[in-house]
Amino acid sequence: MDYQKLLSRTVQEIPPSGIRKFFDIVSEMKDALSLSVGEPDFTTPWNVCEAAIYSLERGQTHYSSNWGTISLRREIARYLSARYALEYDPEDEIIATVGASEGIDLALRALLNPGDEVLVPDPSFVAYMPCVRLAGGVAVPVKTGAEDGFKITPGQLRAAITPRTKALILPYPNNPTGGVMERADLEAVAAVLRGSGIFVIADEIYSELTYGQGHVSFAAIEGMRERTVLLNGFSKAFAMTGWRMGYLCAPRELAAMACKIHQYTIMCAPMQAQAAAEEALVSGFETGYAQVEGMRRIYDQRRRLLFKGLNDMGLDCFEPLGAFYLFPSIRSTGLPSEVFCEKLLREEKVAIVPGNAFGAAGEGHVRICYAVATEVIVEALKRIDRFIKSLK
Amino acid sequence: MTLSSLEMGILDILSGDSRIPYAQIAVMLGAEEAAVAAAAAALEEKAVLVGYPALIDWDKTAREQVQAVIEVKVTPQRDMGFDAIAERIYRFEEVKAVYLMSGAYDLMLEVQADSMKRLAGFVAQRLATIEHVLSTATHFVLKKYKLNGLVLEKKPEDERLVVSP
Repeated sequence: MDYQKLLSRTVQEIPPSGIRKFFDIVSEMKDALSLSVGEPDFTTPWNVCEAAIYSLERGQTHYSSNWGTISLRREIARYLSARYALEYDPEDEIIATVGASEGIDLALRALLNPGDEVLVPDPSFVAYMPCVRLAGGVAVPVKTGAEDGFKITPGQLRAAITPRTKALILPYPNNPTGGVMERADLEAVAAVLRGSGIFVIADEIYSELTYGQGHVSFAAIEGMRERTVLLNGFSKAFAMTGWRMGYLCAPRELAAMACKIHQYTIMCAPMQAQAAAEEALVSGFETGYAQVEGMRRIYDQRRRLLFKGLNDMGLDCFEPLGAFYLFPSIRSTGLPSEVFCEKLLREEKVAIVPGNAFGAAGEGHVRICYAVATEVIVEALKRIDRFIKSLK
Repeated sequence: MTLSSLEMGILDILSGDSRIPYAQIAVMLGAEEAAVAAAAAALEEKAVLVGYPALIDWDKTAREQVQAVIEVKVTPQRDMGFDAIAERIYRFEEVKAVYLMSGAYDLMLEVQADSMKRLAGFVAQRLATIEHVLSTATHFVLKKYKLNGLVLEKKPEDERLVVSP
């Protein structure tokens, strides 16, 4: 079989993930300090795990509604209202998805016609550009920089918009930069979009992890709800990455299209994960989100420690106010990102991720994750410092 | 006692790991090192921060040690309630912890000795004979699973992928 000739050209043309490539290198080094993960180090709170066990014991091993169980959707609606002043109808505006990742795919496929352009901040999460392509669209990177806090500015946005622009992906707090967009920044973006036919896919998976002002959802900006597909999930806020539970919220006309795709490709999110997610929201609501707040406080302490340590060793580092990543510039070392990371791994056994894995604009940067124990951060800082001194 | 957010932050960090130096705590809390040192000293002064012992699972060592939890019924004393009798009891070095309890008995003790005989001797000769102690019920500890929020059995491993997006 001539696979190259026979298999989908679109898929073949998608470049392999930079993360994957680096994963293979790091996997060889069993004892490396890993600051290269994209998930919490906390395990899922036990009350949440137990809810899943209980749902198995009760024999909840069947399909749920395509949209997810109504009780989960009601909890999501209550959570979004309490935390972000958003109002979504649990009946037909919320879909429980297999991670927010599925939501990205659903949103794009529900919105795009062939050739439609989607603006994607660069650098950002690795899945956006390939998903745009798979949905028949054209991804248009919008370069963001440390000087603007890695935000999308109105100027950049205006310059990138063409008659073919269908959507803007707005992933804040941002992976890999830790950048956030506060209310005023979102208002400025809204002012550009108002009156246009451009949608916003707001991937707010890190919404609980902000260290300055609280998170403001793009859908909460006046007049923006009608053009927003809100994506969120349980992975980051509730330390539930492996459960694969997310949700998509959108105006009902749009949600109906997304659900059509979901129903034919996924059917429904796994039942046990839905039960666990519901417990996470119920107990969160009852305790004033004490578990979430406890994790956030610890991330914040680690963030400060890592930020100061990197600055003290002379790395130019933007202070991130969201997610759990730092994205320092390593240009002063004269090394490209990939070379820097590979050398650091081989010489000091510290694994971090080259910035260019998140888009061309990430070159010259590295992503360091602080979802690791404090003593690991302290040790990693020592080693990175020694490494940088060895380069001079 | 109302404590400042700095003081609460220090307590949070030290409760997880009391070896973290003040300079690092200062960075983690976004405060000055001198302020952290002063706040920690004040917390010690107020007896909020009482000590910094390490958590050790002696069962994994060769040292012989017996632990028991003892329920004690006592007669409270006029004007002093349970405090005076509690003090009479906690002064013994075998007594590692004393709690005043609600429910079927009054005081709960955690007691430790280097042999069963010693511990039995402590209960029979010292504890039970104290005036106002009405009865005792001793429960020996067979195995410890979790102590001060930490699981003793094994160090949890990081099961995450080494690199993920």
